[in-house]
Amino acid sequence: MTAVEEAPLSPAGNPIGFGNMKRVEDQRFIRGEGNYVDDVNLPGMLHSAILRSPYAHARIKSIDTSAAEALPGVVAVITGKTLEGIPRPSLLGDNFAWMPTLSYDTQAVLATDKVRFQGQEVAFVVATDRYIAKDALELIDVDYEQLEPVMDAKKAMEPGAPVIRDDKGQTDNSITDVHGHKTWESGNAIGTAEAIAQAENDPNCVVVTQEIMYPRVHPAPMETCGSVSYLDKVTGQLTMYTTSQAPHAHRTVYAMVAGLPEHKIRIISPDVGGGFGNKVGVYPGYVLSVIGTIVTGKPVKWMEDRGENLMSTSFARDYHMTGTIAATKEGKILAVDVDVLADHGAFNGVAQPTNYPAGFFHIFSGSYDYPHAHCKVTPVYTNKAPGGVAYACSFRITEAVYLIERLVDCLAAELNMDPAELRLKNLLRPEQFPYTSPTGWEYDSGEYEKTMRVAMEIAGYDELRKEQEEKRARGEYMGIGFSFFTEGVGAGPRKDMDILGLGMADGIELRVHPTGKAVLRLSVQSQGQAHETTYAQIVAHELGINPEDIEVVHGDTDQTPFGLGTYGSRSTPVSGAAAAVVSRKVKERARQVAAAALECSPDDLEWELGRWFVKGDKERGKTITEIALLSHGSLELPEGVEGHLDATAVYNPPNLTYPYGCYICVVDVDPGTGQVKVRRFIAVDDCGTRINPMVVEGQVHGGLADGIGMALMELIAFDEDGNNLGGSFMDYLLPTAMECPTYELGETVTPSPHHPIGAKGVGESATVGSPPAVVNAVIDALAPFGVRHADMPLTPANVWRAIQGNPIRVDMAVE
Amino acid sequence: MQVTMTINGESVTKECEPRTLLVHFIRDIVGLRGTHWGCDTSNCGTCVLWVDGEPVKSCTMLAAMADGREVRTVEGLEQNGQLDPIQEGFRECHGLQCGFCTPGMMMTGRWILDNNPNPSEEEIREGISGQLCRCTGYHNIVKSIQWAAEHPAENEVKA
Repeated sequence: MTAVEEAPLSPAGNPIGFGNMKRVEDQRFIRGEGNYVDDVNLPGMLHSAILRSPYAHARIKSIDTSAAEALPGVVAVITGKTLEGIPRPSLLGDNFAWMPTLSYDTQAVLATDKVRFQGQEVAFVVATDRYIAKDALELIDVDYEQLEPVMDAKKAMEPGAPVIRDDKGQTDNSITDVHGHKTWESGNAIGTAEAIAQAENDPNCVVVTQEIMYPRVHPAPMETCGSVSYLDKVTGQLTMYTTSQAPHAHRTVYAMVAGLPEHKIRIISPDVGGGFGNKVGVYPGYVLSVIGTIVTGKPVKWMEDRGENLMSTSFARDYHMTGTIAATKEGKILAVDVDVLADHGAFNGVAQPTNYPAGFFHIFSGSYDYPHAHCKVTPVYTNKAPGGVAYACSFRITEAVYLIERLVDCLAAELNMDPAELRLKNLLRPEQFPYTSPTGWEYDSGEYEKTMRVAMEIAGYDELRKEQEEKRARGEYMGIGFSFFTEGVGAGPRKDMDILGLGMADGIELRVHPTGKAVLRLSVQSQGQAHETTYAQIVAHELGINPEDIEVVHGDTDQTPFGLGTYGSRSTPVSGAAAAVVSRKVKERARQVAAAALECSPDDLEWELGRWFVKGDKERGKTITEIALLSHGSLELPEGVEGHLDATAVYNPPNLTYPYGCYICVVDVDPGTGQVKVRRFIAVDDCGTRINPMVVEGQVHGGLADGIGMALMELIAFDEDGNNLGGSFMDYLLPTAMECPTYELGETVTPSPHHPIGAKGVGESATVGSPPAVVNAVIDALAPFGVRHADMPLTPANVWRAIQGNPIRVDMAVE
Repeated sequence: MQVTMTINGESVTKECEPRTLLVHFIRDIVGLRGTHWGCDTSNCGTCVLWVDGEPVKSCTMLAAMADGREVRTVEGLEQNGQLDPIQEGFRECHGLQCGFCTPGMMMTGRWILDNNPNPSEEEIREGISGQLCRCTGYHNIVKSIQWAAEHPAENEVKA
């Protein structure tokens, strides 16, 4: 497949196919006419609020709700005890107090015995007004017996450490996966250990080991999580408006959790104000809104506030990694070994789609050609909020890329070699694709060096190094950081990847109406990714229908076919492929109809965009619009041709797609204050075919800001008493326009060979790829001080400490 | 208590509790849902609207404090079926993705241009620095405001 040809324009000026097209969805958003969950108001709707634990670890001795219940306007007060009394006809437990997590663990909906993290759900108030619901929380009296919390993952497995999950009969804080494993290994342990040992004893080789922390961060979409649930007691129909990246998967989970028949559940995910993984999980608040409507018979709205969002919903990372890299002194990488301590919080709520419970972390061998790689991940419980995979991480590829890209820079420092030169020496070569990595991934396509050269060209790399040298001579600290990342996105295939047993494939349905206008129904759900625009472009590209004549329907389980939803950059690789496949089915039907109308064999027809015509007689043909009417009309069709112009498809991807890119960050560091200024950011992405380059670039811009934020500012830390120190936007710092530069983007296009239109996912590329570029730039700036590594976030204080030779643990406020 | 204010040129009188935040008054009582709510601490700026011609974070102001004053929300940008250039700019330049911060960003963008028709990039960045966006990395928001500066409406009053 070659680069995409320029698409012709529709009467409205849109490309009939790929190219820049203004977004359809903007028409409502720029008018303030978006429809988010908090904009949903149903007749008779009640409001709700959740009482949360002030302690990280405490036994609940008693809860007195009488004063809250007596408050005028309060309709119901629900505790864990109430939930224990509601029988649940489900295989997953006998009452509502506990629910399954996405990793086959259990999580309390409302705490019954103990609270296990600060911010955990303890009681639920339903009232006529959101202010009254909050007032009532103040009137609930909970008697807690404080217990010693486990806040430091490194101490969670020490003998005598308080046991967090005594509810499961545990005697320590280890986590056992569904296969019975307490550690998760991948790659060749023996081969890697031998290669490293050999290198240690070889004077022509070096071995570098570095502890690297990826601290706890939070996706923090601008819209928090929420839901409006209504159970119609007469019909038994549960309708739920909710902030969901995966409406169909959520429907199945609610069916399992609540024991409700799935055909009586309708999930509507209206406009979603950003997701980034935060809206993949099923949170107690969602379930409580369902319980609220069951108990009261009225629609119940639950909308969390920002503090609740940051303290209780899905966090990301918290990976304590120790990486060892072996190489020759010429800079040829030989082996990488990684040991990870994974802090999963109080409940193992990770959403991960493989049989490997550390998600896609074992893709850590990265973009380089070497034979030996191995990792071991040891997960533990701590008294922190549950979760584990969120924040645009591609199922832990963020951690993997950060690890390898930091290790490569550590190696470059050890070898006193330019980090660009070291990368160029080791990048996979085009002829190696499809490439099987040492941990078993099959990368589909790539021309890595080309992409890296484009980035270096945009950056003016040689001049930058000269500038750096001059500045260093003047006592100014400028740094240049590289990151070369390879992502694997688009989960399944279903045989290898599922969530709670649901195979990762996606359905789609396309109908062309008699007048040639079309409706496409998707299983995936946009949180800002412009699906209403880009999916219309895919159909336009395949069928020649004007994109403005194609309505894209998504986010409502009653109106769309089943599929696993939008996260892990999987929409374009999976559902985008489905859109092409279903269009081709329609095109084939159109051929049969056209042949009947033209009284020829279908084999005699040839396609040009939007039209079948008779080979060798271009004038004799039928446009897709004409065929649409014919297919619904009185034309006699051959046997076996059903008529009408519609099709369904389920796309089960044969493999992931592997987008990649090279990022270069340029920073200036003030050694007096530790302040880092990101001066330039060059990002060259290769995500295969670009359906709408404007939208692709927008996705990259957002991810770069995420990376700058994580590298320099964002952190959910805890003190030793278990207090969350990142529970508001006063404390959890997100980048503003002042911290972000004007980005410099470039592209190469290496289509995926197995995707119908050659596209790869790109939604998370920049979030995955950019943090190491920023950190590598800062460490490069600090090289004259002898700094080899410092953990994110590189706040002024942390940078200053690193300069003083006294870096601190960033994840704990108190050692 | 009873609160009266002019919202997008129309006088509105409604009952509310004295403690009602302006953002909740506008959204839940008046029913204009283009103004959003995103944090508790005046950091995110999704609730920005104008009071007496100045952008304010409406989660940090009581409805009672807006009594007798003039409020303009995102719904008041479009005039006589004609989009404001700031709205056109956000669409032209892909200045939004999920759309949640967009109303607040557009209200501030409009105010920046009313007070400085030719702002520098730095002035735009500083002008929107009290507001957060998680989707765009701000790049195209800056471009959108620049587009609006370059394409003023015919009747636009120059500051």
